[in-house]
Amino acid sequence: MIKPSVMGISIIFKNNMTHQNMLYAIETQGITKHFDEITAVNKVSIFVKPGELFGLLGPNGAGKTTLIHMLSTMTEPSSGGAKVWGYDVAREPGSVRQNIGVVFQDTTLDDRLTGRENLDLHGRLYGLDSKTRKKRIEEVLSLVELADRADVLVKTYSGGMMRRLEIARGLMHHPHVLFLDEPTLGLDPQTRLHIWEYIKKLNKEEGVSIMLTTHYMEEADHLCDRIAIIDHGEIVALDTPESLKTMLGGDVIMLELENPDDISRLCEIYQKNGCANIVTEKMNEVFITVKNGERQIPHVLSLASNAGISIQSVSLRKPTLDDVFIHYTGRAIRDKEGSEIETVGYKIRSRRK
Amino acid sequence: MVSASVNRAVQTVYTMWLREMIRFSRSKSRIIGALATPLFFLVILGAGFSSSFQVRGGGAFDKSYLAPGLIGMSVLFASLMGGVSIIWDREFGFLKEILIAPVSRFFVALGKAIGGVTTAMIQGILIMIIAWLIGVHYISIWGVLAAIAIMFISGIGFIGLGIALASRIESHEGFQMVMSFLTMPLVLLSGAFFPISNLPGWLKTLVYANPLTYGVEALRFCLLGSSTIPILLSITVLILFAFLMIALGGKLFGKMSV
Ligand SMILES: Nc1ncnc2c1ncn2[C@@H]1O[C@H](COP(=O)(O)OP(=O)(O)O)[C@@H](O)[C@H]1O
Ligand SMILES: [Mg+2]
Repeated sequence: MIKPSVMGISIIFKNNMTHQNMLYAIETQGITKHFDEITAVNKVSIFVKPGELFGLLGPNGAGKTTLIHMLSTMTEPSSGGAKVWGYDVAREPGSVRQNIGVVFQDTTLDDRLTGRENLDLHGRLYGLDSKTRKKRIEEVLSLVELADRADVLVKTYSGGMMRRLEIARGLMHHPHVLFLDEPTLGLDPQTRLHIWEYIKKLNKEEGVSIMLTTHYMEEADHLCDRIAIIDHGEIVALDTPESLKTMLGGDVIMLELENPDDISRLCEIYQKNGCANIVTEKMNEVFITVKNGERQIPHVLSLASNAGISIQSVSLRKPTLDDVFIHYTGRAIRDKEGSEIETVGYKIRSRRK
Repeated sequence: MVSASVNRAVQTVYTMWLREMIRFSRSKSRIIGALATPLFFLVILGAGFSSSFQVRGGGAFDKSYLAPGLIGMSVLFASLMGGVSIIWDREFGFLKEILIAPVSRFFVALGKAIGGVTTAMIQGILIMIIAWLIGVHYISIWGVLAAIAIMFISGIGFIGLGIALASRIESHEGFQMVMSFLTMPLVLLSGAFFPISNLPGWLKTLVYANPLTYGVEALRFCLLGSSTIPILLSITVLILFAFLMIALGGKLFGKMSV
């Protein structure tokens, strides 16, 4: 059902560091992870091209973090395998590590050190010499606009600054592939926009292949070249944001019913009349997807009134990734959000001590 | 190729050491706290006991007798703490940054160990100096230098033990348990506070099974010129303990996941 859109098509390598036989920056073959009874990631096969900005979109508990952990050699897969930058995660973890940068979901900074010291230690662990470190620290600091706060303790940073510093640190050693696990989780909208800019910039300017996870629709939509929608550990759809949205076949009309009891009867009527996609999210709301929504509204409404079903309100919009998510999973991603709790957790973790 | 990997190993050890040093230099209140306890012991116990006890076949049980014991105790505390601090690194996330780096975990653990031992030695040396200032006499400058080497070797042993424990302990509640169930018996059964020459059999067995005993006895030999346990035996035991513990700590740390 899921078909990587580039299967078999040859790719032109811009980057001569790319080593031979490597078609994909990341490729997974049925990668799976079980925790006791839970299957956190279930037979996932994904192919990410060099230079691509690839998104994993899914609610909390979908298995995004577990997948990132396996790809970054932090957790061993239960079965299946993966290659990152051409190296096998199980057999060549050292080479994988040397070629990736990872920003984990929870902060991994040493908050008793300054921003610059965190970057410097990272550079040392990745074998950069002193001159390279100095130069690179300035580069990554200016990329995330933290140069003026580089010499204060990370303890005093805001959540957004910590995130930016982590992104900068992940880039220190010129990784080919960067993993960002929920890079804007718990940040205010303004800071989120900023981080989006940095992510775009480093994808373009540094040419890094990026895999990011998010449960924010707009984030995936705004940033990613391609998106895999993941739910209960499985990929349920994979394509560009545009294709995912047009795949639904038109515009979304939302109808609010006066009487929730009419809902199944109404759905039946629309089904008979050939609507592409019908979803009920709440008790009294029906979403239908139709071509040329503006022109179809009168027809849609008359079908309802002919059946004696009264409609309270109607609205029309272009499909969003929300609709795509609902289409594939039968529910809205927000239902399982719980991001408040995680946000607080993140703050407390980084403040305590 | 070989020299590159040696280079990388040295760089890893140095990086981990550097981090411990930076953090240590920023925790002045912790250092003062760590020095306060042994100094109270030294001044109060030393003054209170000096008149009433006489060690059979040796010098008086006074502050001079106590000083090596207190140095040994502070080295024990600081090194165990240094090893177990890996639990904090896990708790606050930094451990992931270390574990994902393309470096050997053994050298990461070794760097952490040498960093922790350096802080332990600094504390031991400070106590040694303060004890000297309040009137404890050391036999020679060579003895003092040898004592510093003893601090290093015993510190490595205990920090290896700390790393091994930290790799197995999941939470900081567990850490509290270990600190109270491990450190107190180690200190009390070490001869830091009493002469070990005339002990009842069961106590003697426990004391002689305690690695800290050999550290304290070796320090006593180096600083005061005499000890109950022969110095060569002490040094042998300490070196074996250090190798064993660092191998164990490095091994368990290598298997650790976050
Ligand atoms: N170490 C673990 N032990 C047991 N279960 C786990 C562990 N890590 C994750 N899980 C479970 O695996 C599932 C996927 O979790 P995760 O990968 O964190 O999802 P996401 O990052 O998409 O929110 C969840 O049901 C979670 O409870
Ligand atoms: Mg997650």
